[in-house]
Amino acid sequence: MKNKLPASIDETLALLGGADYIADRAIATVVFLALKMGRPLFLEGEAGVGKTEIAKVLAEGLGKRLIRLQCYEGLDISSAVYEWNYSRQMIAIRMAEAEGTKTSELEEHIYDEAFLIKRPLLQALEGDGPVLLIDELDRTDEAFEAYLLELLSEYQVSIPELGTVKAKQPPVVIITSNRTREVHDALKRRCLYHWVGYPSAARELEIVMARQPGVSERLAREVVAFVQALRQSDLFKHPGVAETLDWISALHELDALSLDPKTVNDTLGVLLKYQDDIAKMEGSEAKRMLDQIKSELAALG
Amino acid sequence: MSEATGKLAENIMHFARVLRQAGVPVGPGTVLDALDAVSAETLRNRDDFYWTLHCVMVKSHAHSILFDQAFHVFWRKPKMLEQLMQMFFQQVAMSGNQEKAKQAGYRRLANAMFDQAHQSSMREVDTGAIEVEARYTASQREVLRAKDFEQMSAGEEAAARQAIAKMRLNRLELPTRRFQTSKGRGVIDMRATLAASMRSGGAVIDLKYKKPCRREPPLVVLLDISGSMASYSRMLLHFLHALMNERDRVQVFVFGTRLTNITRQLARRDVDEALASVSSAVEDWSGGTRIGACLAEFNLKWSRRVLGQNAHVLLMSDGLERDDDGVLELEMARLKRSTRRLVWLNPLLRYDGFEAKASGVRKIMAHVDEFRPVHNLASLDELASALAGSGKAAHNRQYQPQKWLRQKA
Repeated sequence: MKNKLPASIDETLALLGGADYIADRAIATVVFLALKMGRPLFLEGEAGVGKTEIAKVLAEGLGKRLIRLQCYEGLDISSAVYEWNYSRQMIAIRMAEAEGTKTSELEEHIYDEAFLIKRPLLQALEGDGPVLLIDELDRTDEAFEAYLLELLSEYQVSIPELGTVKAKQPPVVIITSNRTREVHDALKRRCLYHWVGYPSAARELEIVMARQPGVSERLAREVVAFVQALRQSDLFKHPGVAETLDWISALHELDALSLDPKTVNDTLGVLLKYQDDIAKMEGSEAKRMLDQIKSELAALG
Repeated sequence: MSEATGKLAENIMHFARVLRQAGVPVGPGTVLDALDAVSAETLRNRDDFYWTLHCVMVKSHAHSILFDQAFHVFWRKPKMLEQLMQMFFQQVAMSGNQEKAKQAGYRRLANAMFDQAHQSSMREVDTGAIEVEARYTASQREVLRAKDFEQMSAGEEAAARQAIAKMRLNRLELPTRRFQTSKGRGVIDMRATLAASMRSGGAVIDLKYKKPCRREPPLVVLLDISGSMASYSRMLLHFLHALMNERDRVQVFVFGTRLTNITRQLARRDVDEALASVSSAVEDWSGGTRIGACLAEFNLKWSRRVLGQNAHVLLMSDGLERDDDGVLELEMARLKRSTRRLVWLNPLLRYDGFEAKASGVRKIMAHVDEFRPVHNLASLDELASALAGSGKAAHNRQYQPQKWLRQKA
């Protein structure tokens, strides 16, 4: 299945929506422009707001292959771009020795593409422009960022032994960062930037209903209102959309039809991941918050 | 291109200038990108236009607010433009007169950081600086080294600042996960081995090695600028400026009643310029202290952004906390958990009779890896070499917090 690139923002919105990604217009605009202008898209935001998901959904919606590069400290060329298959090369050298091949031929032979192990970034330059997800770029170091500069502006990689590999059709590049360190301006400058924030209550409800179709609307409303209230409170780490979805599926598994203080207390660990935050919310505070949102929801009807 | 588009291009260019004036870095390349984006776009409504410009022109979350304000002012009321332009020209004219601006900045700095009396005496000393240095004997240097910052005269302070600028810091390097070629033993580097082997004809395979690169860990400094620290904090700022010149990945925050990140301001090369821009960025010089609240703000907003990759933290404070609730203890514990090494620098600790009366002192002490007095040049020198220490425990037993707490118990 191969889909054409969306021709307008509305089509982009529909494309994302088709894969159950309920985006706001701001995200749709940025995605549309990134596709249209062929620019990398740099997404920053708190953990669990759906940054990585955009790449997955885009790949699915466009019918393209998704290539993912998870960044980590010490990520180097041999695990991100390419590596030579040393054991095969050694065997080839031994064989050549046995056959008596000339050295010059041998060198050409063992640096053939057949001996090349392609890693994500090189894979992304092949084929018909797959979706390349460079996930959590802030986890790697500045040296790797600098390496990306050439790749992202020219869509090419130089391999000293082989020459330059250039993409026939550039990949759709999505870069995400959790901001555990500032990414250098030079890299950001080459990208379209978007800060992915927490969704509004209405949109979060839509997301929950799209992703967890089985749950009752009443439960979904209460869960969303509770999570939204948590994000207003003074916590070390606010729950993201991913946590909302986890929570609602947990509640669904427990056959809860509505929120009550005991269930909230028992399942708070799904939403909050820091002990201090849990200690702060447990017991009376959760009950107070729950009562408040219930009365608000009742007032709305 | 139609007439209307031409007008739009011009307006976008003007808008970029507005943003630049407001402090959002927007270069000509970005303007071209914006034009490209706008023409690629099927402009349907104002919101689309907003987000189109936003994703091209804003490269940092912090600039979103500036962009938002500028956008609404610029694109809503066409007549505002003229007024705004007039404002820019005034600003441009003002900044054009560099000499004057510098003086003004300097005076602000002087008012904020030094009292008037010091300022006048400092000038006199400055003119004779060369003479002073020529007569500088070893013993005088010794005296200066041991003298408390608080008791220094203006002249001595100037000399101390020069000494700080000349200070050389030892390097502490930790192994990273990246590799470099190694002459001796290490891990076998297959790529280099094969390349070398091919160069020599492929007959012999000579093993090549690689070893992990070593690099300085990031350093985060939290400097207390409250009234009780006033005489030390200005010296420490000079020290931090020297430190930033020596090392990369240093982040500096100052706090009194609120927390301010002054890394960008302090990164200017000239020390006076750097301190001038720091003083205009910080609003709570020599006020009260809310250590707990400021640490809470740091932990919440910054710790996840700057404490990655084995960062070391220097906390420079006298630990005299006003608000006495559980916040300080809680936040110190959290800070300790998220850093590799936490060093507390406290000028008051030089007094042997210094008692842990202030509850804040005891609470901080319980959560640091190491503490040091910083009150004179000698102790700063010592600190500079301590920063290159093993990073595991205090070298010198006298700086171990557990021992200190036991003594004072």
